Amino acid sequence: MLELPVRPQGAELIRTVGLTRHFRLGGFLSRRFLHAVDDIDLSIHEDEIVALVGESGSGKSTIARLIAMVYKPTAGEIYHRGRPLATVRSRREVLEYRGHVPMVFQDPYGSLSPVYRVSHGIMRALKLHRADLSRRGREEEAQRLLEAVGLVPAVDFLGKYPYQLSGGQRQRIGFAQALACRPELILADEPVSMLDVSVRIGVLNLMASLRRRERISFLYITHDIASARYVADRLVVMYAGQVAESGPVEDVLAHPKHPYTQLLLSAVPDPRAPVSLPATGEVQEPPRVIDPGEGCRFRARCPYAIDECSRVTPRLRLLRPAHDAACHVATSDLVAPAPTERTDKDASLR
Amino acid sequence: MIATATRPLLEVKDLCVDYLTDRGAVRAVDHVSLEVRKGEFLGIVGESGCGKSTLLFAIARLLTPPAEIASGDIWFEGNDLVSMTESELRHFRWKQYSVVMQSAMNALNPVMSIGEQLRDAFDAHQHLTGRQVEKRSEELMRIVGIDPVHLRSYPHQLSGGMRQRAMIAMALAFTPELVIMDEPTSALDVVAQRSLMLKIKQLQREFGFATIFVTHDMSLVSHFSDRLAVMYAGQVVEVGDTRQVFADPKHPYTVGLMRSFPSITGALQPLSGIPGSPPDLARPPAGCRFHPRCPHVMPRCKVEEPDFYAREADLVRCFLFDA
Repeated sequence: MLELPVRPQGAELIRTVGLTRHFRLGGFLSRRFLHAVDDIDLSIHEDEIVALVGESGSGKSTIARLIAMVYKPTAGEIYHRGRPLATVRSRREVLEYRGHVPMVFQDPYGSLSPVYRVSHGIMRALKLHRADLSRRGREEEAQRLLEAVGLVPAVDFLGKYPYQLSGGQRQRIGFAQALACRPELILADEPVSMLDVSVRIGVLNLMASLRRRERISFLYITHDIASARYVADRLVVMYAGQVAESGPVEDVLAHPKHPYTQLLLSAVPDPRAPVSLPATGEVQEPPRVIDPGEGCRFRARCPYAIDECSRVTPRLRLLRPAHDAACHVATSDLVAPAPTERTDKDASLR
Repeated sequence: MIATATRPLLEVKDLCVDYLTDRGAVRAVDHVSLEVRKGEFLGIVGESGCGKSTLLFAIARLLTPPAEIASGDIWFEGNDLVSMTESELRHFRWKQYSVVMQSAMNALNPVMSIGEQLRDAFDAHQHLTGRQVEKRSEELMRIVGIDPVHLRSYPHQLSGGMRQRAMIAMALAFTPELVIMDEPTSALDVVAQRSLMLKIKQLQREFGFATIFVTHDMSLVSHFSDRLAVMYAGQVVEVGDTRQVFADPKHPYTVGLMRSFPSITGALQPLSGIPGSPPDLARPPAGCRFHPRCPHVMPRCKVEEPDFYAREADLVRCFLFDA
């Protein structure tokens, strides 16, 4: 029988319910809407790293910006420790919330102002979010933060300008600035995709150690499933603005239920895999979701599509412990599992 | 062509490229030697700033000031590319070798349809009638897997994957012997990337052209290239059969790179990457350029510059193999 995941869960930090964001295309009177994010239910707990994976345009960054209160949802609600964000209105409350849930951006070259020393951004965050600290306390805290992100000797780094730092070091500064607010959850939007291959892993390790030592949760947004596996507990696979599949990372990788997840996994270049070059599979590209009708958004690319897929939008269904997928065809492993252990990834779809 | 059967299609010998700056010359490509045989797929991997794109541009003779070839030779089927004038090169480019750039969005003209851009190339290099150009263009689009109706499309109307395919269609217009590709898939998602790689490989088998493929993603070429050259700080540090390099990487930098990307299969292992960051090429470290980041550094690495040493079929620029 299937084992239940043993990982105890902390309290829920963020829950989204039916989170939806549409963008009007064209002019003010246009009736065409891009459905960037449609009907997302997502939760992030204390002490948890959730990876949001998907192709560009799948809505991952929009979700991060909605949670960061950069965008307002078109419909649906986000709850922070049970409190709806729609009720977070006053300047003080918004500031406080943003301190709890800061963001780290993709481009470490564009997200630090070139005219200020490293100390500027960190001291500013400390001043805004840590009223309890004296001037001296802020300086000490700034040093501690740089040490926490692996920039030693901290005193040297505080006096540097961004141009004196490498991409990896800049991204660590981004994390130090986020840490200055004493966050519960850091929204990390593709934090390593612009870094050199040899330094990426260092930043991923930093995220893992911040979770371990400082008990910070992460929403790790990436298009790289391998890096998601490396740091995350839970994987949420997005397709065309919706969640296709979510579950514990290893379970999703070993038993991908959604055909899109399967396609994604088969496309990851893996030098450790044996050489096999299948005949050119002509795969189409993900749709831009403009005023979609009912139906599964993946159906045009799906090898298993049935009639129902064009009529009814599939909802997420629990198919394995803590692991669900939005697919009409995928079968559940929860009832009367087959007598033999499955090895073929496609078997679950037949 | 007068090339003999044994001679490689492209031979790069001791090529050096300098960027002339106010603070003196910065050597971006330092004594690089490479060979590409007919029909071969050569992968060049390295991090940003290692000189891989500069090397490609030098080979294609597309360098613009302040970059210039400081020394070395580039032989293409017995022709010396380095000493060729622009007008001589014009007869060579497109027909003998072509280039696919990293960003199709920047390489394609946004106000001309794909068909018009192809016609431009045909007008410049071959005398064909309008009908012939049309037929050939349609054929090219089919070859790369795009519906020929897109000849009337403008670049912004195509997806990233289709734009790159259109670029490849243009590169193949005159059936060149060599197609030089600079990270053609880096702007694409994994699924589109995989599909484009398979397409490139299939076209290569079908038409027999050789490819130099530059990428920062070592795993990308692992299943596609015949030989692999690893570059670090302007130099090639290891070159050999791709599968051999992956199975048994020798240079400590290659080993470090291999340990830098997590896998989606097998047991989850903690990875360390490579400590430090690549050097500033304006002031490269003395001795071996990798020594400040190398876990096996020896006293001689700090003073002497290593040469290439042969190990099996690989060449490795590291003193660990000097014996």
